[in-house]
Amino acid sequence: MKYMMLVCRDPSIELSPEQRTTIGPEVEAWISEMDGRGVRVQGQELEGVQDATTIRVRGGEVVVADGPFAETKEQIAGFDILDCADLDEAMEVAAKHPVAWLGSLELRPFAEG
Amino acid sequence: MSRQAALAIEEAFTEEWGRIVAALIRRTRDWDLAEDCAQQAFAEAARRWPSDGVPRQPGAWLMTVARNRAIDRLRHERMRDARLREAAALVDDRSDDEDDEDLGDERGIGDDRLRLIFTCCHPALPLEARVALTLRALAGLTTTEIANAFLVPKPTMAKRLVRAKHKIEHAGIPYRVPPAHLVPERTSGVLAVLYLMFNEGYAASTGDDLVRVDLCVEAVRLARLLNRLMPDEPESGGLLALMLFQHSRREARTDPSGDIVTLEEQDRSRWNRTEIDQANTILDEAVRADAIGPYQVQALIAACHANAPRAAGTDWTRIAALYERLLEVTANRLIKLNHAVAVGMATGPEAGLALVTRLATSGELRDYHLLPATRADFLRRLGRNSEAADAYREAVNLARTEAERRYLNKRLQAVSTGPAPAEAGGG
Repeated sequence: MKYMMLVCRDPSIELSPEQRTTIGPEVEAWISEMDGRGVRVQGQELEGVQDATTIRVRGGEVVVADGPFAETKEQIAGFDILDCADLDEAMEVAAKHPVAWLGSLELRPFAEG
Repeated sequence: MSRQAALAIEEAFTEEWGRIVAALIRRTRDWDLAEDCAQQAFAEAARRWPSDGVPRQPGAWLMTVARNRAIDRLRHERMRDARLREAAALVDDRSDDEDDEDLGDERGIGDDRLRLIFTCCHPALPLEARVALTLRALAGLTTTEIANAFLVPKPTMAKRLVRAKHKIEHAGIPYRVPPAHLVPERTSGVLAVLYLMFNEGYAASTGDDLVRVDLCVEAVRLARLLNRLMPDEPESGGLLALMLFQHSRREARTDPSGDIVTLEEQDRSRWNRTEIDQANTILDEAVRADAIGPYQVQALIAACHANAPRAAGTDWTRIAALYERLLEVTANRLIKLNHAVAVGMATGPEAGLALVTRLATSGELRDYHLLPATRADFLRRLGRNSEAADAYREAVNLARTEAERRYLNKRLQAVSTGPAPAEAGGG
């Protein structure tokens, strides 16, 4: 089963200087573990919402807006596509991600058909 | 319908509903199909058993009818390839003579009902859906019955069930007993769902009637099943014993006008001895495994009450010690309150009052009526009646059921008008 794992960070939570130096290597370690297990298909860190552009077409007009489409407390910082046996495995993979300690991870199953 | 056939069907429903649904879900992965076909099998039994007689193996009879209905249904949906493959699998199963697999194996990991319980109680489902789904799929309650039990409109409950089944299917929630490393955590999740179900029935949080017996009965029944299916899990025995101890007091908990009778004042001859004996046996066996957990400790506390011939003979020192043990494993606010009560009973109202006051100033349990009610009770025992009256008034305002309010008002009246009670702390 494929899942999109949205990696969400809460920008109001400030990382400690120590966390800032360790988070990178921790994420790297998670990536190599999950790549090794074959449960991570691909993944990418994203630039912050300050660089987001939202596009809508309304009444035939392209409406461009600066910023994310939804103002939420948590921001999508990246994503990974997982290929897991079931939700239990995906939950276990997500719980091991370092951002799980600071923000949250949303598992969205790929729609079938 | 003949009385005998009616009884046989009722009995079969209790015993077989969950088993049939669980087996059909495993074969088809289609929850609605499984429930419908189980329903139809029981309807067929209601038509045929009165005239044909009750079959020698009612469970096997029902399973066969339900499975044949499932095959028919899937054949009708032949246009869809995937379904056709499932139908083929079902037909194959029949010729493989796998009936034994569906019907035998009462205990243990191979039982479909255990898969069903763990799936219904999966942590990725909302808690209220876990409870509802367990009642529907495993206990066979109708959507209307579940909606009534939880005092929500039927469409709300129906939507809750549909969403849960949709998520199981589309989010990849596995239909299985979890692998060993997940079992402890998931088992405590299942136990929590069953205990929540029981408590919902035991102390109806809203509405006029204090006890909605049905949910308690269903929860006890499911706990019994779980205990049978997980004989090596002492906490399942702990939970069952705890429920039985509490359930045994149902007749004594209210007076004829529906008012609350406290544990202290209950007529102990109205406690159900059979259930207490059963609970004692189950608990003895559970604690022998020497893997104590919160449900076993709570059951041990309940046993102190159940086995005391008179309220005055209650071993409050042991109860207070057990609550301390319980606080080590679960720092629950309610347990802190009960601990305070036990300490007050064991060593005197001053000590209890001190603990309750500390709890009150911490702001924990701010909206819970039993906090001021407990404070009031200690104040009353100390003869501080006007303070007690204030605390009772606070409790009345927070109470959630009519019966609770009536009880607290009676207490309020007693301290407002009566003389200071002569009784000593132990009551």
